[in-house]
Amino acid sequence: MIISSSTQSTAMLRLRDTWRLITLNRKVSFGLAILAFFVLIAIFGPLFFPKDPNTFSQDILQPPSAAHWLGTTQTGQDVLTQLLYGTRFSLVMGFLIGTLTMIISIIIGLVSGYFGGWIDEVLSLATNVFLVLPTLPLAILLAAFAAYRGPLTIVIVLVVTGWSWGARVLRAQTLSMRNRDYVEAAKASGESTLRIIFFEILPNEISIVAAEFLGTVIYVILAETGLEFLGLGDITSTSWGTMLYWAGNNDALLLGAWWWFLPPGLCIALLGAGLAFINFGIDEIANPRLRTEPKGAKSSKSRKATAS
Amino acid sequence: MRHLIRRIGFYLVALWASVTLNFIIPHLSPGNPAQALMARMRGKLSPQAQHALEISLGVNHDPLWSQYVQYINNLLHGNLGISITYLPTPVIQVIGQDLPWTLVLVGVALIISFVVGTVLGIIVVWRRGSFSDSVFTPFFTFLSAIPYFWLALVLLYLLGSQLNWFPIHGGYDSDNTVPGWNLDFILSAAQYAVLPAITIVIGSIAGWMLGMRNAMITTLSEDYVLMAEAKGLTSWRIMFTYGARNAILPNITAFALSLGFVVSGSLLTEIVFSYPGIGFAILQAVDNLDYALLQGIFLVITLAVLGANFLADLMYVLLDPRVRLGGS
Repeated sequence: MIISSSTQSTAMLRLRDTWRLITLNRKVSFGLAILAFFVLIAIFGPLFFPKDPNTFSQDILQPPSAAHWLGTTQTGQDVLTQLLYGTRFSLVMGFLIGTLTMIISIIIGLVSGYFGGWIDEVLSLATNVFLVLPTLPLAILLAAFAAYRGPLTIVIVLVVTGWSWGARVLRAQTLSMRNRDYVEAAKASGESTLRIIFFEILPNEISIVAAEFLGTVIYVILAETGLEFLGLGDITSTSWGTMLYWAGNNDALLLGAWWWFLPPGLCIALLGAGLAFINFGIDEIANPRLRTEPKGAKSSKSRKATAS
Repeated sequence: MRHLIRRIGFYLVALWASVTLNFIIPHLSPGNPAQALMARMRGKLSPQAQHALEISLGVNHDPLWSQYVQYINNLLHGNLGISITYLPTPVIQVIGQDLPWTLVLVGVALIISFVVGTVLGIIVVWRRGSFSDSVFTPFFTFLSAIPYFWLALVLLYLLGSQLNWFPIHGGYDSDNTVPGWNLDFILSAAQYAVLPAITIVIGSIAGWMLGMRNAMITTLSEDYVLMAEAKGLTSWRIMFTYGARNAILPNITAFALSLGFVVSGSLLTEIVFSYPGIGFAILQAVDNLDYALLQGIFLVITLAVLGANFLADLMYVLLDPRVRLGGS
């Protein structure tokens, strides 16, 4: 039906097909809606509440009210304002660290898988070693010894501890790609090795990259919150993790200040679930077996069995 | 056999890498807080202990390679340094005290979570597309994204602080019981462990369930399952002896792997409950700048993870004939 409209370029068509596939999948659209919600909050939230989230006030440990929708902290800071600024911080950190981590995974995975030989031996040994080293304890060790505590330390620590899984998956995929016809053709036509790796092979692995990226962002947001909760971040900045750190250190729990520690964790869980849903959706698009079949669809199932 | 020897070689390399990381990390960041700390500690330790601590914290002025050799030598003699938090207790003794708490708590929680999660995964596939699948699966996805330690905070607030069902702090009733093999202490410890264990089970069950669900779905579309259906076998039998038996392999491997994370998987949960295990020791170490303790804990955690990985390799060889017999 789309093929008939010959005026559109094939690239546009492909884009529209992808879009249709994404929006048709309920899990992906659900996840995207949640993600969009948080992105909007991160961009516009602080505009509506331009107050400095660390401003102290006389309203100490107030439960939610008309003046403070989510109550206040021990030092009279407005929890909602903190949450909005924290969303911006955690989202930026999650996607920034996720991107950096993926770049390293892509370079190591593709180079290792494409070249093979001793380059592969060395790189996959390093990948496998980092894969078995426990990530959170290593991150704690690195962050504790850092001379400077702040966002930059967390970026470095989480990139160092997070790249290995993506690199391993991409290496395996590249290994199965490198002898395909289109790679041979590119070689024969004299394309440079770098071009073959990053412009021929990489675009064919984009669905894996996307899935790994989402998984990495979830890991990063959880790990970042954990490190900050331990007090290993910059405790004067405002993020979901430092909110929990202060709530924990000021015994918010014993004081019954549920409005203080509940919101940041709920945000993390919601955002994490949203990203996970997108990931499951991509899985279903790529692996049709996982799609839910309507009840009593035995015939289609047996067709698949005989076809495979 | 060659496969196993290769794997053992790999684990030795990984062990060497983690020991070396432990040694290098303090050297990577000049002006790190350890230096100020050592200046403060001068005179409080015996010259020998001072020297060993300087080496492991990277503030010694010997040539790097000689420090490295001494560091390895110390490790081989089981000398992980002195803990500053519990001066002058050796680090290895502090870890030895905390480790059993973590092993029992997280170990029991892991087994419960694995069994219940796997069975749930099978049931959900059985009733695929029905109510339980369309409600359980999204719910468990949401559950799996919750940060462990936040869940701990919420449960501690609701069940401990508000409802007073469970004690909220520590590992046993230290006023009325004495640690040891007596009934009072064991009962008290069990009572204190219930809430942390519930937290860990809720936090990890989703992974087992979703993993089993996906493996089951893939297995059920195999030809031999179709054949079993065609023979008219009961759905119970198809589900368990044809589906689950084959689909469970990845989950069993994952189980062996997560044995390694028994030590480190619930660090933050332990911290929230002030549970006297390894996680709490880490918090103490971070708060008191007790770097030797931190390094020691990292080493123990790494050993556990490497051991569990090796176990997983062994189990794979035992359970999957394709690995045992296949050449490539």
